Order: sequence, then structure tokens, then C-alpha cells
Amino acid sequence: MSTPRFGLATAPRWLAPLLNFGAALPAIGIVSMVIADVFFGRSFMGADPIKEAEHALGEWTIRFLFASLLVTPLRQFTGWNWLARHRRTLGLYGFAYGCVHFLTWALLDVQIGISEYVGWADVQKDLTKRPFIIVGMSALLLMVPLAITSTTSMIARLGRRWRVLHRLAYVIPALGVIHWGMSVKKDVAEPAMGAVVLAVLLGSRVLHARRSATA
Amino acid sequence: MPKIPRLPSSEITPESVWVDRRRFLAAAGAAGAGLLGAGALSRLAAAPQPQRPLGTPYGLQPGDEPTSYEDVTTYNNFYEFGTSKDDPAVEAQGFRTRPWTVRVDGLCAKPGNYQLEDFLKPSRVEDRIYRFRCVEAWSMVIPWRGIPLADVVARAQPTSQAKFVELTTLLDPQRMPGQRYDVLDWPYVEGLRLDEAKHPLTLLATGVYGRDLPPQNGAPLRLVTPWKYGFKGVKSIVRIRFVERMPRTTWAAAIPSEYGFYANVNPQVDHPRWSQATERRIGNFRRIPTLPFNGYADQVASLYAGMDLRRNY
Repeated sequence: MSTPRFGLATAPRWLAPLLNFGAALPAIGIVSMVIADVFFGRSFMGADPIKEAEHALGEWTIRFLFASLLVTPLRQFTGWNWLARHRRTLGLYGFAYGCVHFLTWALLDVQIGISEYVGWADVQKDLTKRPFIIVGMSALLLMVPLAITSTTSMIARLGRRWRVLHRLAYVIPALGVIHWGMSVKKDVAEPAMGAVVLAVLLGSRVLHARRSATA
Repeated sequence: MPKIPRLPSSEITPESVWVDRRRFLAAAGAAGAGLLGAGALSRLAAAPQPQRPLGTPYGLQPGDEPTSYEDVTTYNNFYEFGTSKDDPAVEAQGFRTRPWTVRVDGLCAKPGNYQLEDFLKPSRVEDRIYRFRCVEAWSMVIPWRGIPLADVVARAQPTSQAKFVELTTLLDPQRMPGQRYDVLDWPYVEGLRLDEAKHPLTLLATGVYGRDLPPQNGAPLRLVTPWKYGFKGVKSIVRIRFVERMPRTTWAAAIPSEYGFYANVNPQVDHPRWSQATERRIGNFRRIPTLPFNGYADQVASLYAGMDLRRNY
């Protein structure tokens, strides 16, 4: 491996704590505000704080999945190989935000198990008849095996199979963007922008693979 | 004309009480959640105090309380001013609603172009508190001010050929920035069957909370049909036309599988992407059941006798 193009041969010491702090901050902010709004009569998040929180958490999920996909091209471009070990952190944050997004939808929005007017039949219908929920749920469920096998010992144990399994990291953000696009009513501008970013992130890999193959 | 039962006024929480309750909750929140961000003072303090009395309640259910003026005027869909629900309150500021002309035409004996003042003058302006149900499964209780559309129909004298009324929003991308994007087929068009238009519940609203409509809520003139989903409520109306055929209405044309012409609130007929059986009332946490025709079945169900409401959604 080459020496870094932009200095920084090793990771700055502040990077890991800053990354964790910065990654947790939006969730802490959103969850505190939605609790303050829903249960304490405040209005930090507008008239419908539940929907606002649900959407914000969904968008952060996609941002972290994108960030995890950005690590490899950024590492190849800058030569900062120490970035690689933060890819896992970013991916796990994507999973965590996906879980909180799901819980906000299930418990606060649809109020499964909370509202006496929402029964299992309704949940069943949501999970079997509504394509945008099926796509979103698939993305979340596919992240579970990736999270479980993200530990260093699992990487060692699974070897080549780990690399195959973790190709799901390319599929999941695509499902996320599709879920986003299907959830909006008519204005697909933002999910379309997400699709463009994803295309660039995945396209850069194809280009890199071709270049390495011909070199 | 169908009789409209009114909820006894004893069932309605006086405004002073619910305003106080909100204040109490805001204060409790400030005390309990002060650590979360003391900077953002409750917006309630800054909101203009709504006028009294709020109006005559129609079809309200026990527990229904008017949604705060703040929420009614900052959270709504009005794609002409942006596709987010908090866009209109920002983007519609400065939208001029005077002078304003309303054109009444089509299959009627007395068509005409009216200055808004002349259009409204012959009618008695009424304050009515209605339930409001958005197709997106959130709801409000809104004190409207307006005139019955039936007055306008009677004055125009539709011919025997006229079966529908088509209502159209202003088309002016200069003043309505959302119209610069093709997110919908502008101008926004909505419509009613003639008997729906003549129904005494159908209102052409000119105000909320006893004051003029703010531009974000569809000033100076918007449709209110409380038994239908909110998207029927065409805003900033410039044209009322009597026609023979069912008008091509904007959302029904945009996504026919999700939005229909009738758009009657119906807990039995789900939106393809979510259930319509329950709704979240803005300002409250817990879901409440959605009622057939949004609680106005006694007054309007007879309009649809014999119709398959699953097909005519």
C-alpha cells in the first residue's frame, strides 16, 4: 500500500471519540425533542413531532449507510488506510438509526401495542400488503446478520464468506433509497438526490475495479 | 335540506380552559424538560391570541378540542408554496390576496366576474367549528369562518345540464413558487357533485379563528368539506365552474390508485400505503378511530346511498 497522499499516516487520536459523539448527537437531539413535544407539550419539532422524528431518523439511517460506503473510495483517493476501521462504526450507526426509526414508526406513529385501536391484523396488513414497508423492513432485517458478524472475531471466523455476506452493504442502502422514494407522496426530489449519491458511491467502485483489473 | 345536529355547547371545552391547559403543559414541559433546551421558548407565547367566540360546533365528538391556531396555520399541505407541511407558512408570507377576482361560469344562468368583496357581500358569514381529516391520517379541529357554497350555487342558477362544480386555484408561478415545479399538474383543480356543493355543510372559507385566512391556509377563499379528506379543500380559488362531466381533479389525476374524486373519509377503505382506520390528532399522542364520513355520516351518508364506496373512493 502506498504512503498517504495528504499526510496523516495514522489516524488522529481525536477521530474515534469525535466520530462517536457526532454520530450519536442527532439521535440524542431528535429523541429528546420528540419526548419533550409529545409528553411535555413543547413544540421543538412542529405540529407533528412524531412524523418529523420518524422522517429525520430515516434520513440519518441513509446518511450513515452512505458514509460507510464513502470510506473505501475516500481511502483509495487519500491513501488514509486507517479510515478502514471506521467503516464498521458508520455501518453500525446506520443499523442503530434504522432501529430507532423503526421503533418510532411502530410505537409512536402506528402505535403497535400502545393504541387499543391498532390490532395485530393492522400490523399484519402493513407488513404484508404495503410495498414501501416491506422494502424498509427488508433493509432493516438484512442489516441484522451484518451487525452480528461485524466483530473482529467473526470476520476471522467467516473468512471469505464474510466478504460475500457483507456485499449486502451495497444492497441495503439501495433498498433504503427505494423505501424513501416509495414513502413520499409526489415530490421525489430528495430521494432522487439520494439515488444519485448512491449511484456515485457504487459507480466509483465499478470504476476502481476496472482500473485495477487493467493496470 | 338535511338537518345538522349540533353538539350541545356544554360538551365543548371553553377556549380559555384549553388554552390554559396548553399553557400548563408548556410550563410543565419547561420545568420537566428544561435541560433539553431552554432556549426555545414555547411558541404559544408568541402566537396571537385567537378571537372569541370560536363559532358553532358541527359534528364534534366528545373530547374534540380546537387545534391550536399555531398548528392550524403552520402545518398544512399547500404545494403551491412548497411540498413540506411547514413550507406554506414561510413561503406564502407576502402573498397578496387583494384585489382578488372570482369568476363564476359554465352551465349557469348568471355567470360573472366578481371582486371578492362583491362575491361575499350577499351572504352571511358564519363561524363553524369542523373536524378536519387529512388523507395522510392526521387530523385537526378547525374553527372556520366562511359562507355556504350553496349560496353561490343558488345565485349562479346552474342549468339542468350542470351536474358538477369545478373549483380552480390561482395559476401564477410568479406569486406561487411551488407552481414552478411540475410536481402536480397546475393549476390545482377540485370538484364536487352539485348536490355535494349545495350541501349545507359545504363551506367557502374566508377565515380561521374569527380572523381572515392567512395566505398559507388558502386565502382569500378556500373550500371546506368536513366529511371529505383535506385535499378536496382547494385553496386560493379564482374560478367556480358548473359542468356536466365529473371534473378531472388534481390528485385523482396524479395518482388515481391512491386518490379518488369522492375522497369521502372512510375507515374501511385503506390508502394503499397506510390504514385509514385510525388517525393522529395534531397536538395529541394517542391514535383515535376514524369515523365514517369523518363523523358527519348522519348529514351526508344519504348523498351516497346505493354507491359502492370501495370503488368510488
